[in-house]
Amino acid sequence: MTDTISTPQSTDTVSAPQSSIADRPRYDCRNAYVETLAQLAQEDHRIVGVVNDSVGSSKLDAFKKAFPDRLINVGIAEQDMVGVAAGLANGGRIAFVSAASCFLTARALEQIKADVAYSNRNVKLCGMSPGMAYGELGPTHHSIEDIAWLRAIDNMIIVVPADPIETAAAMRWAAGTEGPAFIRVSRMNVPELYPKDYTFVPGKAIVLREGGDVTLISNGTVLWRALVAAEQLSEEGISARVLSMPTVKPLDTEAVIEAARDTGGIVTAEEATVSGALGGAVAETVVQTHPTKIKILGVPEFAPTGSAGFLLDRYGMSPEGITEAARALIK
Amino acid sequence: MTALAPEHITMPVFTRLHPHAHRDEQIAHIAEAARQIRIQDLKLVHYANAGHIGGDLSAIDILATLYGAVLNVTPETVDDPDRDRFILSKGHVAGALYTTLAAFGFLPAQDLATFLKPLSALNGHPNRNKVRGVEANTGPLGHGLPIAVGHALSAKLDVSRRRTYVLVGDGELQEGSNWEALMAASQYELDRLTVIVDRNRLQQGATVRETNDLDPLDQKATAFGFAVVELNGHDHGELLDVLSSVPFRPGKPTFVIAHTHKGHPISFMSNNAAWHHKVPSAAELEQALDELSSLDHRGGVTA
Repeated sequence: MTDTISTPQSTDTVSAPQSSIADRPRYDCRNAYVETLAQLAQEDHRIVGVVNDSVGSSKLDAFKKAFPDRLINVGIAEQDMVGVAAGLANGGRIAFVSAASCFLTARALEQIKADVAYSNRNVKLCGMSPGMAYGELGPTHHSIEDIAWLRAIDNMIIVVPADPIETAAAMRWAAGTEGPAFIRVSRMNVPELYPKDYTFVPGKAIVLREGGDVTLISNGTVLWRALVAAEQLSEEGISARVLSMPTVKPLDTEAVIEAARDTGGIVTAEEATVSGALGGAVAETVVQTHPTKIKILGVPEFAPTGSAGFLLDRYGMSPEGITEAARALIK
Repeated sequence: MTALAPEHITMPVFTRLHPHAHRDEQIAHIAEAARQIRIQDLKLVHYANAGHIGGDLSAIDILATLYGAVLNVTPETVDDPDRDRFILSKGHVAGALYTTLAAFGFLPAQDLATFLKPLSALNGHPNRNKVRGVEANTGPLGHGLPIAVGHALSAKLDVSRRRTYVLVGDGELQEGSNWEALMAASQYELDRLTVIVDRNRLQQGATVRETNDLDPLDQKATAFGFAVVELNGHDHGELLDVLSSVPFRPGKPTFVIAHTHKGHPISFMSNNAAWHHKVPSAAELEQALDELSSLDHRGGVTA
């Protein structure tokens, strides 16, 4: 498959046309989130927002002004927030729950399991500022466990968009599809990686770069880093396939098995725990179908103080770190 | 012990009386439904060799009143978006809910014979995707009230007159999520929401007071912004009058403290914590059915 990246080239660039993804402008996905939510609310009267006082941190002030009755703020009460969303769904509404991912998934985990997933309610759980986004605020505010926790729950689709375009596309899909979903909405600035007309397809990996020596599987804020790593590996003569895996559950097992069969090994890299998130899902698949060498990059501990970027680098998820992991894996 | 079998299903199906039927007629109808639900539920628990009979019996008069004369939902309107909603938060009394749904025609009575059997739709806690008429998959405590608040909010957004009723156990109110939800209900002035507390004063192994006391519950609910009503949760007339006249105060949700007895009205079960999930033996079942057969049309025993 050919490289599907459409680079939003700035016209005043004088550098080589093959400029690195690392040089592109970067965006906070929350802006795409709020713009899309407002558009969806305009198109469909059933859509409501539900928050735990997280109006500002979810950037929902303009939404509140435009749809004052349709932003339900239950206060700092996450269990109530998710239960209320399930009740709104019982009444025919489509609730987009918007709250810091750490509190949404930890504090309301049983409501997510029983009231949303097991009850099969049309609730969209939007985990804001996930992963290491609250870097310096420390591990209480890091949300590295959210994906692993939710992966263990049946009837839950887990989406980790990598850029503003994919964030908007995933929300549009979620609004139009009956049933539970969890969407991570990144706060760390990321470059655009997808063409403007990108359509999100749940459960499908996207080959962003073809390669045969090794496969890098990633999503969220780490995907662009994996793409830069592939650029660096290419300079060394190593051809790396880059698989974007926005849907962690259900996993595109076919794409994973192909990567295990066709390339020399798999490196996964994500802004999440090394236990049971994307890396765990890939390993579970590979070990049961086509065992191969795997390196799982992620966060292995309660992280020390530092910015999100600093911490990702620390845990081997700088482009150089991913390059090094790939090189070591296939040597 | 004999397993639960089709011949143990003795539940007659009750139709709803006309909404303008005389109050005495409504009460007699509810009382007979409640009596039959109790008879059936006791058999269910005895033959399945499992269940929560104590809490079932404390809640059945409330359930029979709601489905018999209050909720505007019938088997024909169970998918109507504008139906009233009843959410059973104390999901462990699923046996009472299934039997009540069967009594009013939502569930074929013969399906009760599958209660708790392998692959049955009638799990120990209700599943809305498997049983028509169930509004929420409850079981873990403290979940129903937030869901009810969410539904009441949806009704308010729709400018609909549909009502929301949620039944919570009193021990269940020890879960903090309920108090989060009570605050939100008051904040959003959800006056078509009614919280009914099955105030039987017993939890799994002891009294609520010995465990983590709720009193003064009326003052707590008042302080949380609710219009509070106390009643005898086994008196069908009181239940009918109160549950069909909400809201009591415009802008305020209603909090009904229904004083009940776990195990009511069976002499050896009533107000006895041992019957939280004890299973009646054949002799105990026989005695319980004897006691129920001698009840008068008003349900006989008072709380």
